[in-house]
Amino acid sequence: MTVLGFTAVVAIVSFAAGLLGSLTGLGGGVVLVPLLTILFHVDIRYAIGASLVSVIATSSGAAAAYVKEGFSNIRIGMFLEIATTFGALLGAFLATRIPTSALAVIFGGVLLYSAYLSRKPRPLDQRNLPPDPLATKLRLNGSFPDLGGKRDYNVQHVPTGFSLMFGAGALSGLLGIGSGAVKVLAMDQAMRIPFKVSTTTSNFMIGVTAAASAGVYLSRGYVDPGLAMPVMLGVLGGSLVGTRILVKAETKSLRLVFSLVILVLGLQMLYKGLWGKI
Amino acid sequence: MPPLRVPTRPPKPFQPQPWRDRRLELILGNLLRAGVLISAAVVFAGACIYLARHAHEPANYRVFRGEPSDYRTIPGVIHSVMNGRGRGLIQLGLLLLIATPIARVSFSVVGFALERDRLYVIFTLIVLAILLFSLLGSSMGV
Repeated sequence: MTVLGFTAVVAIVSFAAGLLGSLTGLGGGVVLVPLLTILFHVDIRYAIGASLVSVIATSSGAAAAYVKEGFSNIRIGMFLEIATTFGALLGAFLATRIPTSALAVIFGGVLLYSAYLSRKPRPLDQRNLPPDPLATKLRLNGSFPDLGGKRDYNVQHVPTGFSLMFGAGALSGLLGIGSGAVKVLAMDQAMRIPFKVSTTTSNFMIGVTAAASAGVYLSRGYVDPGLAMPVMLGVLGGSLVGTRILVKAETKSLRLVFSLVILVLGLQMLYKGLWGKI
Repeated sequence: MPPLRVPTRPPKPFQPQPWRDRRLELILGNLLRAGVLISAAVVFAGACIYLARHAHEPANYRVFRGEPSDYRTIPGVIHSVMNGRGRGLIQLGLLLLIATPIARVSFSVVGFALERDRLYVIFTLIVLAILLFSLLGSSMGV
C-alpha cells in the first residue's frame, strides 16, 4: 500500500473507532491497537504509540463539554492522578521490556474483560452512604446536580480505589489505552462514586495519565508521525462528531455491536499472542 | 497509599465545592480544548507537507525499527521543523498535544493555591513533577 492509501484507510478506520467509542461510551482507544495490528499488520509497538496519542486528544477534546455539565470532581481527579501517573510511568517502562507476544496476551485479556463489563448492568448508585474519615480528610466528597436539586455523595474505600487506579494507570501506560474498564472497577465499585461523576472525572484523568507515559513512548521511538497522524486526527474527529449526534435511544444496539467487536478482537489478540504471531 | 501530611489546622467541616472550583474547571476545560485544536491544526499542516512529498512511497509498519532521533527528542523535532519537514511538524503537534494536560495540571496548582488549599497544591505538584519527569527527562535527548 502507498503512504497516501494507508493514511486514508487508517484515518477512516480511526474515525469510525472514535465515533463508535464516543456513541457507546466504551472509548475508541481500546479497539485501535488490535485493529491496527490485525488488519494493517502494524507492529504492536507503533500501534500502542499512536493509540496513546489519540487517547490524549479525545480526553482533552471532550473535557470542556463534560465540565459544563458540572459533574466532574477536580479533587477526586487530582488525588487519583497521583496513582495513575505513577502507574503509567511504570507501565511505559515495562512496555519497552516485555516481549510483544506478552503485550498481545495482556491486551486480549483487557479486551475480554471490557466486553464482559459492557454487557453487565452497572451497579446502582448507592445513596446516603456514611462519610469515610479518610475521604473527608482528603476533601473528596462532593455534590452534583440531580433531578430535584443537588445531591451529595460520600466517597468510600479510598486506599482500595487508589491502588486500583495505580493498576489502571499501569495498564494505560503498558497498552496505550484509557483503561476505562479498570477505572469503573476502582471508582464505581470500590469508591462508590456516582456513575455520572465517575465517568466525567475519569475522562478528565485519562489525558493526564496518558501524557505521563507519552513522553517515554516518544523518546523510545514508538510514536511514528506517519502512523500517529491519521490515527490522532481520525479518532479526534470521530469522537467530536459522536458527542454532537449523541442519541440516547439508539445506543443500545450499537453498544451490543461494539461489545461484540471488542470480544472478537480480544480473542484474536489472545490467539495471536499465545501462538506467537505478533 | 503514600503517607499524607495532614494540615495542622483543624479540618474544616465538609462544604460543597465552592463556586471557584467550578469556574476553575471551566477555564481548564476550555484550555484543554484550545490545546487540542491547536495541536490538531499543527499535525494537519505537517500531514499536508508529508503527503505532498511522500504520497506514492510504500507504507510499511510491519517491522519495528524505532524512530530516528529527529522524531524522538525535543531538540530533534525542533531541528526537523526548522528544515521544513512534514513529519517534524507532525511530531511538534503531538508534543503540543502531550503538553496540553501538563498545562492543565500547572494551572490547577495556581487554582488550588488561590483557594489556599495546601494539601491539593502538594498533590498537584506531585502529578506535575511526574509529568515533567516523563516528558523532559526522557525526550531531551541526553
